[in-house]
Amino acid sequence: MTERIVIVGGGTGGTVLANRLVDDLGPELDAGDATVTLVTDSSDHVYKPTFLYVAFGKRSVHDANRPIRELLPREVDLVIDRVEGIDTDGKTLSLRDGDTLDYDRLVVATGATLVPEETPGLLEGGHHFYGPDGAEALRDELAEFTEGHLVLSVVGVPHMCPAAPLEFVLMVDDWLRQRGRREDVELTYTYPINRAHAIESIADWATPILEERNITLETFFNVESVDPDAQVVETMEGMQLDYDLLVAIPPHTGDPMVATAGLGDDGWVKVDKHTLEAAHADDVYAIGDAADVPTSKAGSVAHYEAGVVAARIASSVRNEPPTAVYDGKTVCFVETGMDEATFVEFEYGRQPVVREPSQAIHWSKLGYNETYWLTARGLL
Amino acid sequence: MQDEQHPDITVDARGATCPGPLMDLIGKVKTADAGTVIELQTEDNGSKKDVPEWVEKAGHTLLDTVDQGDYWSLYVRVE
Repeated sequence: MTERIVIVGGGTGGTVLANRLVDDLGPELDAGDATVTLVTDSSDHVYKPTFLYVAFGKRSVHDANRPIRELLPREVDLVIDRVEGIDTDGKTLSLRDGDTLDYDRLVVATGATLVPEETPGLLEGGHHFYGPDGAEALRDELAEFTEGHLVLSVVGVPHMCPAAPLEFVLMVDDWLRQRGRREDVELTYTYPINRAHAIESIADWATPILEERNITLETFFNVESVDPDAQVVETMEGMQLDYDLLVAIPPHTGDPMVATAGLGDDGWVKVDKHTLEAAHADDVYAIGDAADVPTSKAGSVAHYEAGVVAARIASSVRNEPPTAVYDGKTVCFVETGMDEATFVEFEYGRQPVVREPSQAIHWSKLGYNETYWLTARGLL
Repeated sequence: MQDEQHPDITVDARGATCPGPLMDLIGKVKTADAGTVIELQTEDNGSKKDVPEWVEKAGHTLLDTVDQGDYWSLYVRVE
């Protein structure tokens, strides 16, 4: 019997997984004992970290895209279509074009979507750098922004790339200084909880840096609405803050079909945090932003999770007990200006140590951005 | 231990590193209707201080904190 493995999603998790499965199941694929199909609604794979650099004119939106076919081995059957429903009892997917696709093992890698419209006024009043259009609009706005109050506000909880808000505010500080505009720009960074970052050791590291750079830190700040005409944000905690340029981390959501299929609330699939197997269906796994695990929604997480799920599926196909587990490994570069960066790595239950920022780490990050295309192919 | 609270939603934030228990709770509160009772399960000792502080600031109600042995359950009613 042929084991039909279907991956839904062509982001980092889905693409790395497809490559790893081909590596791990070479003989079974050759013998026709297994097939790997990847379904995605876009013919391009998108490397989202590029957008942070687009906002500063350092990269273009084009740099973020590659045809996904180029990143997949020939053994992977690529279907460009949108999965609109999952029947976990019948083990069938329904596709937008009307077709159905049966699976024996399913991996949900549907990622996260921005929903700025969930916060009243945010779409009209705020900018962001989490997508191509937003990053380009922010780039144009920043180019003209010479004076006033720039507010970076973390509105969405949870959100992709938890390091990015701090990176943006430290980069924009440096970027404005390099252009002689910093004296005329007031900078404020707001965060939902009572410190500068979710991870305490990063918050402890960042707080004196923000102070040193004259960036005001507002904590316990959860935006309820934005008044785009008056240029004021209002918070759940009853605070009002005026702005001239609002850069927000928008609210995120998962794919609605996750909830419809009974796999989890809010579009995030409820999974065992070590095996990544779905809690509410057999032979279903989730990886990347779609998986509800207690660590960051970050590319590195999707990458490591993909390796674990590939190994578990390969073991199961060969009738061996699956033993690979995900320990929460997360690695994040953190830009601290336009020419310096640091990085952190941690697992479930362990706080990272923040290394001294350096130009060498910044170059490593830029180098990683270039070699990412090898990562997506499962080579790095 | 038998809990007296009957939560509508349970947030399992045990072992949460990033973004952590309080962020997990805030994410749920933002999408919940008034009157919803949320149970936050946390192993993080800091949650016993952070959560009540935020709940009060944001105008919600902390109903109870229950020691479950190897984790705590904090019950929050969305107002």
